[in-house]
Amino acid sequence: MYRYDETDRALVTQRVEQFRDQTRRYLAGELTEDEFRALRLRNGLYQQRFAPMLRISVPYGLLESRQLRKMAHIVRKYDKGYGHFTTRQNIQLNWPKLEQVPDLLGELAEVQLHGIQACGNDTRNITADYLAGVAADEHIDVRPYCELLRQFVALHPEFYWLPRKFKFAFTGAAVDRAASRTNDVAVHLVRHADGAIGYRFYVGGGLGRQPLLAQEMNSFVPESDLLRYACAVLRTFNRFGRRDNIHKARIKIVLREWGIERFRAAIEEEYAKINASVEGEELLLLPQDIERMRGYFTEPAYRPAAEVGADVAAIAARDAGFAAWIKRNVRAHKKPGYRVVFVSLKAPDHVAGDCTAEQFEALADICDAHSFGELRSTYDQNLVLADVPERDLHEVWRKLDASKLATPNIGLVTDIVSCPGLDFCGLANAGSIGVAQDIYRRFDTLEAQYEIGAIRITISGCMNGCGHHSVGHIGILGVDKHGEEWYQVTLGGSPSNDAAIGERVGRALARDEIAEGVERLIHAYLEFRCDEEETFIECYRRLGMEPFKARLYVNESEAAAA
Amino acid sequence: MTVILREGELVGDDWAVIEDGRTEIEPDGGKVIVTLARWRAERAALLARHAAVGVLVPNTADIEAVYPEIADRPVVALQFPAFADGRALSQAVVLRKRLGYRGELRAVGDVIRDLVFWLGRCGFDSIVPRKDQNLEACREALDEIRVAYQAAADAHTPIWVRRRRQVAAAH
Repeated sequence: MYRYDETDRALVTQRVEQFRDQTRRYLAGELTEDEFRALRLRNGLYQQRFAPMLRISVPYGLLESRQLRKMAHIVRKYDKGYGHFTTRQNIQLNWPKLEQVPDLLGELAEVQLHGIQACGNDTRNITADYLAGVAADEHIDVRPYCELLRQFVALHPEFYWLPRKFKFAFTGAAVDRAASRTNDVAVHLVRHADGAIGYRFYVGGGLGRQPLLAQEMNSFVPESDLLRYACAVLRTFNRFGRRDNIHKARIKIVLREWGIERFRAAIEEEYAKINASVEGEELLLLPQDIERMRGYFTEPAYRPAAEVGADVAAIAARDAGFAAWIKRNVRAHKKPGYRVVFVSLKAPDHVAGDCTAEQFEALADICDAHSFGELRSTYDQNLVLADVPERDLHEVWRKLDASKLATPNIGLVTDIVSCPGLDFCGLANAGSIGVAQDIYRRFDTLEAQYEIGAIRITISGCMNGCGHHSVGHIGILGVDKHGEEWYQVTLGGSPSNDAAIGERVGRALARDEIAEGVERLIHAYLEFRCDEEETFIECYRRLGMEPFKARLYVNESEAAAA
Repeated sequence: MTVILREGELVGDDWAVIEDGRTEIEPDGGKVIVTLARWRAERAALLARHAAVGVLVPNTADIEAVYPEIADRPVVALQFPAFADGRALSQAVVLRKRLGYRGELRAVGDVIRDLVFWLGRCGFDSIVPRKDQNLEACREALDEIRVAYQAAADAHTPIWVRRRRQVAAAH
């Protein structure tokens, strides 16, 4: 894990003081609403329906136990005893008081946490593969590169007032576990045949109003040029991104309006100019810079498999609850004797992604005792204990279960991704949490969930798409119709290697129809699939929308037939 | 006389800004800043009549394409139509670092105190705060944050370069 030195510490501390003064001036009437809005957003502070919302950056989804304990303290002292994990691996607080936020940020700074550029038109928190460093399919650990880029973009003065938000995501494995191409920039770490490391850059993705996947811009930028190429993309965006219409201000719109050839040529031209100037020299990373950063992300002190390994199947055979959890929430690890454990934040009757003070503390204790003191957050709003010895699995399960963190539903129908929706968010048009819970209740027996298998249901309360509805196998988008909550359904989306934007099926469904509509879609799949191996998304892609559409709007189909 | 922030100090401004559409030109001999359009149209006449002529460049201009026309100007002014419109920050960095402009680089428009720090780091040595801003507070804002990870058009050395040197020095 990256460790702050004096520069990092000074930066976050001085940043807190800067914001303290801005808050003071706002409360004294010296800053207008618009001016303060731009300043507070750049410190993570949003105005929500009932209170401010504070978004805390979790750089590339990596947390350690002292941060979890601090979060437990923070949510008790400044909030209502819980926080919320988001689809960009961050943590949000829903009830802080504006005048207390500077103190809250001061406390976060003590443990390397902050809200710098968590919101606003700037470079946002960088997200990454939540299995970085432990996945067997990984070719390059992305974390050192994420940290190098994090430092480059943090309070970068030239790119502090961009046309719109700007998001980077990193992956360096065969499977994309970062929903990378839904971001403005996806950086894929790749290795040439000659062994040289580099980056494949994709640019122009983004969810929201016009969901698009990032397109390949450069198939191999050399390892030394991470900051040079990132600078070229950011400068091109700052210069040409539209400022006349907030809904057309993302970089994806520049790409769409220009076409890929002109867009690529503009970035390449800027990249070449940077490389030929004094800037290029400054931005060039030398092998020792990367090596030094890699030193923060070395392997933990793994013990030999003979000391930590166990016959997990034999233990599971004696305990059905444990067996279910092993099957769904535990994955292979690159080291023999270790496993990756998923912590489900999707327990029955809990809001997806919510984590209470007691759960933060329990997780801190568990990761200290069983996973080298670290925890990761995922874009599905779950958590990961990345390095658990097989011998500890039963104990970890019991501890997680005692804190309602062991629901064995990772990747299943109840593992629903959802934004906070109208219950909290000032932007939302409709509720998300209630819909998620209605769908959950329809499938809450494990037998039903296992029968259905892998499926990704995602819900956003407005078209900004924080709930990733555009890339759900079944995506649900809340819309407002004359003051009522309605829900549009999209099918066939995916954020991973088979990335695709879902297609809208037809008319929106009313609040009291939507859960039943989803249930009909799933029953249709169970009926249509070739065999138990064929997943929902495979089945949908084989058959296309029509048979599913007929089931979703079954009442209309019957009416038409009659 | 308007007070502005120049090289970290509050000073009276000796430049008059002549907007387009104004036919009256300042009394002969005064220092003036004119728009790029007027500079292109009346260059010889302006140089004949005034001790010094600066140019105001729109934030949509391709600063590299324009540069040959303004490279010898004592003042280049860049525009902030809204404080959160950061296009001129990229123009400034390119002017200073790539094109090597050494004259006075001036920020004008919706310049609030909370933009000043970022302007200073991007190479502006002359800042004209919006009329309602507290000038002393603007001056203090220049070093609101005293450490930086990256070099913009300022005196900072990138953090990765500093750490590289620390490691080298330790060996």
